Formats: sequence, C-alpha cells, structure tokens
Amino acid sequence: MDELIRMEKVTAAYGQDPVLVNVDLAVGPGDFVGIVGPSGSGKTSVLRVMTGSLRPVAGRVAKAPRLRIGYVPQVDTVNWYFPVTVREAVLMGRTGDRRLPWASREELRLADEVLEHLGIAEVAGRHIRELSGGQQQRIFVARAMLRRPQLLLLDEPTSGVDVRTRHDVLHLLHELHHDGLAIVVTTHDLNGVAAHLPELVCLHREVIARGRPREVLTPEVLERTYGAPLEVLVHGGMPVVVDPAAIAKEEKVVPMEGGHHEHAG
Amino acid sequence: MSTLVEPFSFEFFRNGILVATLSGILTGLVGVYVVLRGMSYIGHGLSHAIFGGAVASFVTNVNFYLGAGAWGVVATLMINRVARRRTIGADAAIGVVTSASLAFGLALLSRFRSFTRNFEAALFGNVLGVELADLAVVGGVTLAAAVFVFMLYRPLLFATFDPEVAEASGVRTGWIDAGFAVVLAATVVATMQILGVLLIAAMLVIPPVIGRLLTDSFGKMLGLSVLVGGLSGFTGMYLSWYLNISSGATVVLVAAAVFVVVYAVSGARRRLPQREPAVG
Repeated sequence: MDELIRMEKVTAAYGQDPVLVNVDLAVGPGDFVGIVGPSGSGKTSVLRVMTGSLRPVAGRVAKAPRLRIGYVPQVDTVNWYFPVTVREAVLMGRTGDRRLPWASREELRLADEVLEHLGIAEVAGRHIRELSGGQQQRIFVARAMLRRPQLLLLDEPTSGVDVRTRHDVLHLLHELHHDGLAIVVTTHDLNGVAAHLPELVCLHREVIARGRPREVLTPEVLERTYGAPLEVLVHGGMPVVVDPAAIAKEEKVVPMEGGHHEHAG
Repeated sequence: MSTLVEPFSFEFFRNGILVATLSGILTGLVGVYVVLRGMSYIGHGLSHAIFGGAVASFVTNVNFYLGAGAWGVVATLMINRVARRRTIGADAAIGVVTSASLAFGLALLSRFRSFTRNFEAALFGNVLGVELADLAVVGGVTLAAAVFVFMLYRPLLFATFDPEVAEASGVRTGWIDAGFAVVLAATVVATMQILGVLLIAAMLVIPPVIGRLLTDSFGKMLGLSVLVGGLSGFTGMYLSWYLNISSGATVVLVAAAVFVVVYAVSGARRRLPQREPAVG
C-alpha cells in the first residue's frame, strides 16, 4: 500500500455510544493533516484507532508494514507533579527497546540529539514542570520522536496555550513536516491552527469533508460539522471563520467599524 | 559501647532487625508506585482486606501466606472491577470491598476466639516474634519485588506516568497493572506480621513521599524511598528495644519524624528565591 495508514469504513464506540461511524481516512508519507470538529466529534478517537488503543467495532485499519507511530497526548492530561526530568520523560520513548532500567550510551546520544533538534537540550535535567508552555509541548514531541516515527499524531497540541506558544508549536510541526514526517493533528482552533495547515478533515463522527483549508472551511461544510451557522471571511488570502451569533452579541456592547473583508464560500 | 550492641547478642533481635529493615526496603520500593499511581488508599484498604483472608486461612487450616496472598489478589481484582463502574468510583469501591473483607475477618475472629492472640500480632505487628520462615518470606518477596521492578522498570514507569500513551506505544498496561497488584498483595501479606495491618499503609506512603520531597527525578525518588524505608525499619527496631514500645509503631514513628524534618526543610527551601521557568 502507498499510504502509511488507511481507515476503511471504521465504526468505533465507547460502550454502546458510537463515536465514529463509517470513517474512511488515509494518511500517506509527507501528509500534514488537521482534524477539526466540535467537542465529542471523535477527533481523539481517530488518533486512538490509529495507535491501536481503540479497536473498531466495524471496518478495518490497514497499516504499512513495520509502521512506527509517535503519539503526543493533550498536555492537559499530563501529571506535571510526577517526578521526572525532561530527559527521563523523553527516554520513555525507548521503553520497548531495552530491558535494563538505565539508558545506554546510544539511547542517551539519541535523546540528546532529539532534544537538541527541538531546542530543549539545555533544560534536559530540569523537572518537566519548570518549563514554559512551548517547551512542555516539545518534551512529548521529543518522546514521540525518539521512536523515530514515520507518522506523528498530536492531540490538541495548542489547547489552552497562549498565542506565542501556539505559534511556536505550529512552527515546530511545519519544520518536522519539512523534514519528511507525516503528521496528523487534532485541533478545535479553526483560525489559529487549522487555517494554517496544508490539509484539513472536518469530522463529526463521520468525515464531512477533506481538502485544503480554503476548500473545506466554507459555511456549508462548517454548518454540517458544527451544527451551527458560521461565516467565513478571507483575510490576507486566509479563511477566517466567524461566529455571527458572537459578533451580534459583541456589537450590542461596543459598536465596531466594519473591516474590508471578502466573503468566501 | 557494649550496651549499644547488647541487643544484637539475641537471635530473636537479630532476626527482628533484619526483617524490619527488609520490610522497610520492600514497602519503600513498592510504595513509590503506590503513591505515584494515586493508590495510597488502596494500600490502606488492602491491608484491612487481607486481614479477613488471614483469619479465614487459620479457620480453614490453609497456609497463612498462601491463603492471605490469594485473598489479597482477589480483593485487588475485585476493587478494579467494581471501580470500573463509573457510577461507583474507585474510592467507594475500595471502601466496599475492603470493609466487607475486614468485617468478615472480625466476624470469624469473634466466632473462633481461641487464636485471638495471633491476630493481635497481625493487627499491630510483632517483629520480635518472627521465625526463620517469616524471614525467608519477607526476603523472598523483597527479592521478587526487586526483580519485578528491575525487569519491568521502563514499562512500569511509562504505564505509571502516562498509561494511555504507554499502551499506544506497545506497553501491555493490563498485564503490568495485574502484575503490580500481585506484588502489592504479596508485600502486604509478607509485612503484615511485622508491621501490623494498621501500620503497613504508613510505610507504603511515608518513605516515597519523603523521596518525592527531596527530588524531582523518578530514579532518585525510588532510591531515596528504599533507603528511608530500610533505615526507618532498622532504626525503629533498634530504638524500640531501648524505649520498650511496639516495634511496628516505632518504625512508623521514625519514618514520620524524618518526614516532618524533610517537610520543614523543603518548605523553607521553597520559600527561598526559585529558578524561573525557562522562556521559549
């Protein structure tokens, strides 16, 4: 198969509640795909099906032989008080490769190489809580990278971070993609993240649309995805999604002067 | 000088101090994972649950270690199963299973009063009453737990820190959890006669917490916890000879005293100017 991973008519559920229904999704070498959708739309579940931690109740998942996947969880789920230094956390990426508790010279060299590449080598001995938001995200990207993955999956890597960290994370992902890594990233941030990605999948339990941001960030697709009317403007060649209900509420409080935007879709 | 070494001239004391030190090392080692997995209450509850199994073993003439050990593993698995029902929750599941098991033990105890004295030892510990067989069991369980931690150090750490990603990375978290449940149950059973049902939980929690206060590194925390556990066992047993108080209680009080000192010192250190988070 040419793709790294292919989900065919996948239906997945937690107990009796289906979270994904007949999802077809393939990721090939060099792809950089963002998955967008409302809360509960199945974004994280797609990643969990790809890693194998959520088994489909119907359909099949085909993977390239000896596919190595790196998974970066939401940082909200991390126990920041757990006693691990940055280097110890990153070395967890080599868990299956050696039985002895201590890292080999080769593992330490690889870890230092990845930490250097991601710009956090100087904080390798620090506790994970002592790092800034962008650096904390890089710890878990580094852990995933230590597995030398062909496919990197990231779950909401910009959730709850400030603008600077979001920019930092996006820049890092574009660099890794440029280095040849296939990336799938989930996000709820349509304007700050999704619009800057090469390709998007709009998901609401099923795949609503897939394509470049300008092709899929349209009022029709967004209404089907989010179940609410949304408007799309184009600003500097980039689609900008706006919520008319939020704007109406804002205008009641402070009248704003109109900008010069082109309507899309 | 001769007064200081006097207790070592008695075999029962030599056995006692050895078994107390080993118990401290064992609980210090296993306790790190108990604390970091948020299972402190399960350690407390499990020791109570196993008491029921210990009484049942005596009643049915089954070997104490086999009967109580099997009871402990079953109790742990039952807690896991009950806790899976989201409407109940882990804390309530532990309360139901362990309290019922303790009540069962007490009911048997009141029905068959002839061996009450043995169970005073189980409740409060009796280091000086240990026999070579007890020494062998504690030594064997300590060695087995050390081998378990050594061989599974990496997957155990990954599954403790981040179970979901560990599973996604190929770690068999279900097997790891089941294996750890067995090690924990064996630890409680082996140290029950030494520290007592009521004090095991303290030794599963205090040494790891002291280690955590002293370091941010997992490997160092593990080493410190084992060291504090072992030293508390040794010092507590030794002091109990001169103070003429319960050895199990003295071991826990020594660990608690170390905790108070470390807590005060680390609190004072925290009030000093801290290194700022790195920018970037």
